[in-house]
Amino acid sequence: MISANLSAIFYLVSGVLFILALRGLSSPETSRQGNFFGIVGMVIAVVVTFLSTDNFSVGFIYVLIFILLGGSIGAFIAYRIPMTAMPELVAGFHSLVGLAAVFVAIAAFLNPQAFNLGVPGKIKLGSLIEMSIGAAVGAITFSGSVIAFLKLQGIMSGSPITFKGQHPLNAIILISIIALIYLLCSTQSANLFWILLGVSFLIGFLLIIPIGGADMPVVISMLNSYSGWAAAGIGFTLENTALIITGALVGSSGAILSYIMCKGMNRSFFNVILGGFGATDEVKGSSTKEQRPVKSGNADDAAFLMKNASSVIIVPGYGMAVAQAQHALREMVDTLKKNDIKVSYAIHPVAGRMPGHMNVLLAEANVPYDEVFELEEINNDFANADVAFVIGANDVTNPVAKTDPQSPIYGMPVLDVEKCKSVLFVKRSLSPGYAGIDNDLFYKENTLMLFADAKKMTEDITKNL
Amino acid sequence: MEIDPLIFRLSIFILSIFVGYYVVWSVTPSLHTPLMSVTNAISSVIIVGAIIAGLSGNSDTIFSTSTIFGFLAIALAAINIFGGFLVTQRMLAMYKKKKKDKK
Repeated sequence: MISANLSAIFYLVSGVLFILALRGLSSPETSRQGNFFGIVGMVIAVVVTFLSTDNFSVGFIYVLIFILLGGSIGAFIAYRIPMTAMPELVAGFHSLVGLAAVFVAIAAFLNPQAFNLGVPGKIKLGSLIEMSIGAAVGAITFSGSVIAFLKLQGIMSGSPITFKGQHPLNAIILISIIALIYLLCSTQSANLFWILLGVSFLIGFLLIIPIGGADMPVVISMLNSYSGWAAAGIGFTLENTALIITGALVGSSGAILSYIMCKGMNRSFFNVILGGFGATDEVKGSSTKEQRPVKSGNADDAAFLMKNASSVIIVPGYGMAVAQAQHALREMVDTLKKNDIKVSYAIHPVAGRMPGHMNVLLAEANVPYDEVFELEEINNDFANADVAFVIGANDVTNPVAKTDPQSPIYGMPVLDVEKCKSVLFVKRSLSPGYAGIDNDLFYKENTLMLFADAKKMTEDITKNL
Repeated sequence: MEIDPLIFRLSIFILSIFVGYYVVWSVTPSLHTPLMSVTNAISSVIIVGAIIAGLSGNSDTIFSTSTIFGFLAIALAAINIFGGFLVTQRMLAMYKKKKKDKK
């Protein structure tokens, strides 16, 4: 048995270790050490909890069994999951954090003595408020993440689901959640607690269905943030410093990532949350389509252009990951490098389906991270490069974002691909991208379209080099 | 007059938000995916609450509604802790620098 003060100090230590875990991610060199700090922090928190409850009877065995059960499932998933599926995995993990928060809140509500919060029906007011907020946010995180997971996995259509009166309905539900928390705290009624949970599950579901597939990076980041606030809410209930610190860290981390993603798409946060983007634009995109001449080429032409270049910039997008072309791409780049051609990669903030997704995919294909650059770092280099090789990206290269104020993507930061001497654009067809608008780049004088599957085309180019 | 301990917790919370804000802005964009998976893992420190709930029964009441929810929460959080840290480790191991001896 250790004293409450001592365990509070240990929880503080693990909170600090979690801060260091995030701090380590400021560079790939320190990141592995950071992850280690995180693990140590977690071990300290768990061991201290065991010591402070000082209950090593039969219950302890069950706790260990459930830790092992969950742990082995988690470890199995972690080793088996392909890197292309990271967005789904993270969404799935968020839903588990949300549900765990709900379960802890239920346990605390049913048995407040175990947490020193009073007795059922007479829970301390402050604790009850914190508990119900934690439970509500946890429930929203859970059902929202489940929808995000289903959309990312393709089980549910990525197109936004909208209906009349959606926003007023959501507003009413959100207000009713606040009213329910108020009533719950004044009456301590168990029924109200269950209703609160049900309504919160419902609103999480309703908030995410109108958001389209292209906005998933924002949604995942936002749910990341919610899972943090849920943890913090429970942390207040349990008076646990480690949980409060962690909840605040995760909450602000998710919020920052959402902000970065919104900025990368030049959309306001509210615009994304209100949803519906993509559905209306798709119709518009197909009706205004006009026939304009494009130059198309084959692998041979592309190989010729690249062989005579002295610097090449690769612009990968999610399409590359879908075609599983990252390894073929790296082989092509290796061949180019043997010919003394300078190659770098340009990554747009919203390339891929979650923040930093493309970097992970390139790292998996053994691309050194110091050849991969962010938009601001590399955008000026396009003017001096000979060839831009766009593979699986589309909207993020569209010059319309800079020239046409009428365009839905106007003002979005884009890669200045058109400034290159020549542009190679690998794509299956001329179809518009997520935003549903035509890409002016297709029709530029210096653009050569390579109509093929990204992986096959890359392999063919390598053969011709 | 004594200060409510809640105020201290609130202070920790607010200051941690600021710490989080500055620490996360310093994370390099190329590591944003590992950032999300590791935040996932650490937010599962909620397991401490689940453990307290799971251990709240005595030998006659090992399985009450409250402990069962505790046990379930332990399993969910453990999936996240192991899964989150291990997948982060797996990703971070892939980030390599350019080999100098290659050329």
